[in-house]
Amino acid sequence: MSTATAAPASDLRLGQRIRYWLPAVVVLALALATWQWLLPDGLDVEPYLLPRFSDVVSALWNERAQLAEGAWITFKEAFGGFVIGSGLAFASALLLARWRPFGDALMPYMIAANAIPIIAFAPITNAWFGTLSPWSKIAISAVLCYFPVLVNTLRGLTSVNPESIELMRSYAAPQRAVFRRVRIPNSLPFVFTALKVGSVLAMIGAVVGDYFGGSTKALGVVILSSVALSRYEIAWAAILVASILGLAFYAAIAGVERYALRWHPSVTRRAS
Amino acid sequence: MSESSVVSLHDVSKVFGKGVTALEGIELEVERGDFVSLIGPSGCGKSTLLRIVGDIVSPSTGDVAVNGKPARRARLDRDYGIVFQAPVLYDWRTVAKNIALPLEMLGWDRARRKARVRDMVELVELSGFESHHPWQLSGGMQQRVSIARALSFSPALLLMDEPFGALDEMTRERLNMELLRIWAETGSTVIFVTHSISEAVFLSTRVAVMSARPGRIAAVVPIDLPQPRTFETREAPRYFELVTEVREVLHASGADEIEEPLPLEDVVE
Repeated sequence: MSTATAAPASDLRLGQRIRYWLPAVVVLALALATWQWLLPDGLDVEPYLLPRFSDVVSALWNERAQLAEGAWITFKEAFGGFVIGSGLAFASALLLARWRPFGDALMPYMIAANAIPIIAFAPITNAWFGTLSPWSKIAISAVLCYFPVLVNTLRGLTSVNPESIELMRSYAAPQRAVFRRVRIPNSLPFVFTALKVGSVLAMIGAVVGDYFGGSTKALGVVILSSVALSRYEIAWAAILVASILGLAFYAAIAGVERYALRWHPSVTRRAS
Repeated sequence: MSESSVVSLHDVSKVFGKGVTALEGIELEVERGDFVSLIGPSGCGKSTLLRIVGDIVSPSTGDVAVNGKPARRARLDRDYGIVFQAPVLYDWRTVAKNIALPLEMLGWDRARRKARVRDMVELVELSGFESHHPWQLSGGMQQRVSIARALSFSPALLLMDEPFGALDEMTRERLNMELLRIWAETGSTVIFVTHSISEAVFLSTRVAVMSARPGRIAAVVPIDLPQPRTFETREAPRYFELVTEVREVLHASGADEIEEPLPLEDVVE
């Protein structure tokens, strides 16, 4: 393609992009304006129900040291749980895919476990690992990540075109090679879908784990104690930090996914 | 079993789980340098027979020898290359890396793999597409990659399961010529499953005609057309006589009877 035709094409793409994002930006502006003016001034919503947006932003600034420290502690809990839970889930999925009768026997329980509210165990992990220890929060985040990553990875490892396996059989490929060259690459789109879900669950696990007790500096504890002290603007600022942290975590996994799956039709077509 | 037999099948049968007899009493000797086509109606078990030779499916009864060894030993020795009806390429690998897959399994070093892949890409006329991914190619190009992959480690035996079935007529005829050239140059032995009578006659030294299920070999028609085959071969009177002969054997063996094809899950197990 020549540069002469490329320039209008990219202008067009920029125009399309603005038109695509404009409605979302308008919605955000309306939501913030409602929060800032309509709710407190127009509808007389009390600050303890929802503090004014600008008050939350100034709390965010004034308490930035405390919030940053809390965010770091809670993120470490979430990330630790995510790595341990997802890592164990991937290893378990490999074992269950390798020895299928074993996997078939355990699969119904894995799917059932995937459906139970594991977060209910958060007080129990506190009892097991110590209320003030980060390990109780890491444990609950890990268990939350474990089941969805396991179930999805197993699905990815086993949903392989039979002829792909026949081909490897014709090369007298050992199981190790079948996994490395066929099953694991085939599972990656499934794995990343699960990891994105896992990143969200790990953040939930860490923050809720904090609620049941944790280092006084952790983000969940900051939210809890600010509410107790009626410092709602700080609580809301901490919630905002937790939200941004969760989004950033998710976006980071999505970025790794785009790199790891750059061969995938959906990724390459989008980029070109 | 003669000394020069590359593939020797004796009293081979295959019964699938639900009591469906796919193959019965198969006797076939394939000599070194033979090009044998298996032709028959849908569901006659010709793909299953090919998979039995490759030790991908086990026969229910009978003896299978490949290069004088049990089929399993031959598979473990990587005695054959296989091409399926679908290209069966891995999306996460480029064209070059798909072709290099068997070479990796054989433990070839990078430099040797690279040189061989270059030759193979030239052979199937895909130069310039080495770093494309399979889904960026047309169906015909994908199947050429699949053939290059099967040929890359120079196996003495090629098992081909309707490899050109999905291609347009022009591409098919050109790849027929390519295949014959490769077969003549390498002295390899080919077992070729096809639906096309004219393709079978044009390519083969012998055509094994199979009957409708349960699949049996109804007749083996020797193809005495002169070698090498050229575009003129398709216009020779003898070629038409042989096409007619194969067609008559096919009809006599019950290919006209409407048969339910085997459910897919039975065929692939």
